[in-house]
Amino acid sequence: MSESLYDRIGGEAAVNAAVDVFYRKVLADDRINMFFEGVDMEKQAAKQKGFLTFAFGGPHNYTGKDMREGHAHLVAKGLNDSHFDAVMENLGATLTELGVPADLIAEAAAIAESTRNDVLGK
Amino acid sequence: MAKITYAEQSYECRNDESVLQCLTRHGVELSSSCHAGVCQTCMIKATTGTPPADAQKGLKPQLQQQGYFLACVCTPTEDLTVVNPDEDVMPQIAATVIDKTAFNDAMLRLRIKPETSIDYHPGQFVNIHRDDGLVRSYSIASQANDDYIELHIERLPEGRMSGWLHDEIAIGDKINIDGPHGECFYIDNKPDQNLLMVGTGSGLAPLWGIIQEALAKNHQGEIHLFHGSHSAQKLYLINELQQLADNHANFFYTPCISGPENKGFKAGRANELALSQFQILGGWRIFLCGHPDMVNDTKKKTFLAGASFNEIHADPFITQ
Ligand code: HEM
Repeated sequence: MSESLYDRIGGEAAVNAAVDVFYRKVLADDRINMFFEGVDMEKQAAKQKGFLTFAFGGPHNYTGKDMREGHAHLVAKGLNDSHFDAVMENLGATLTELGVPADLIAEAAAIAESTRNDVLGK
Repeated sequence: MAKITYAEQSYECRNDESVLQCLTRHGVELSSSCHAGVCQTCMIKATTGTPPADAQKGLKPQLQQQGYFLACVCTPTEDLTVVNPDEDVMPQIAATVIDKTAFNDAMLRLRIKPETSIDYHPGQFVNIHRDDGLVRSYSIASQANDDYIELHIERLPEGRMSGWLHDEIAIGDKINIDGPHGECFYIDNKPDQNLLMVGTGSGLAPLWGIIQEALAKNHQGEIHLFHGSHSAQKLYLINELQQLADNHANFFYTPCISGPENKGFKAGRANELALSQFQILGGWRIFLCGHPDMVNDTKKKTFLAGASFNEIHADPFITQ
């Protein structure tokens, strides 16, 4: 059996390295930062670790239903495809910046992309 | 098989079970999400026993030191007593007021001696309880080996607790406190790291304590303190801090005044002056204390300037 994407990308250490870079990009991105500016930024940052672990194919317990429910309050605030695209862009840019090889970035992007309909409540 | 005690009930934790699974199996509901040690939703605190290091990965060292861990990835190796930090009610302790000195009209230095000594780090906070149920949090300015706890009380307009402490409490009186709480304190794991501290008003109290501890532990990196207020009236310990800066080549003090009467001080807001002087903060440790709007805004800006979230420490409460 081949090693999982999560292991090849560097596991938990990769998530920890990526979370600050990713969250910094998201907060600086005026297209989407309004969704992320919670009262408690540290809790928000921890949730982004959940996102990254998921995208890296790591251990998690999220189902499509969780994705749907977890983002429903954002869909109610107008979350749409353009925001989803912006998150995908920030994810790609984060991994590029960290020197992750292009084929692994493509795998992570595909995992994240697969949740589009659930995240957007379609 | 380790035993997990929660809310005075003990549960046997199976060898293949996490603390979260054990508690859930026994009907104790903890909020949780990823079940993979990532999202930190299920963070709880061990008050007795030591959680395995694997269950503390990714947490701030200040939290690790206090026994915080992630229940979902904790396979305990010894018995643990755990509390949910949101429900962590500490016992109240009586403390006697042993000194009350006004820094100026607005700022009071209160020193209290608890009946049973408490183990704290300067920069953590205690809650003061008044008999009528009023509770307010105050940060600790004294050192762990002082035989009193020093608090700085800023008189706030309509501040019920601060007015009471300023006007009615006298030396010899007893007040009730609980604590210590919080993770806003110095830890000597990176002696060469630069530290940026921004405080407004009595937000200087924790910073004063943290600076003294860092210098006493021979911190080698630069320590920059920006203390600000609208008017010079609310700056205090100015001479002492100046003196400290004269005596320590790595400590820098910038008193800032945002109002019009700024002669002799840096003109502007402490957080803005700090951020314009230090625009790249990767690798720095940041301490932010004081007005909640300033703290939240500066948390975000220092993070965007490169500081890691695990290295940004702030007072979590509203001073009033
Ligand atoms: C690209 C696919 C996406 C995936 C796989 C994903 C996954 C996740 C995960 C796993 C969490 C953590 C939930 C938790 O642990 O509680 C989360 C939270 C969050 N996501 Fe997404 N997400 C995606 C897209 C987006 C988009 C497009 C936005 C908005 C622009 C967004 C905004 C948020 C916010 C604001 C939270 C925190 C929610 C809260 O505070 O309750 N996500 N997401």
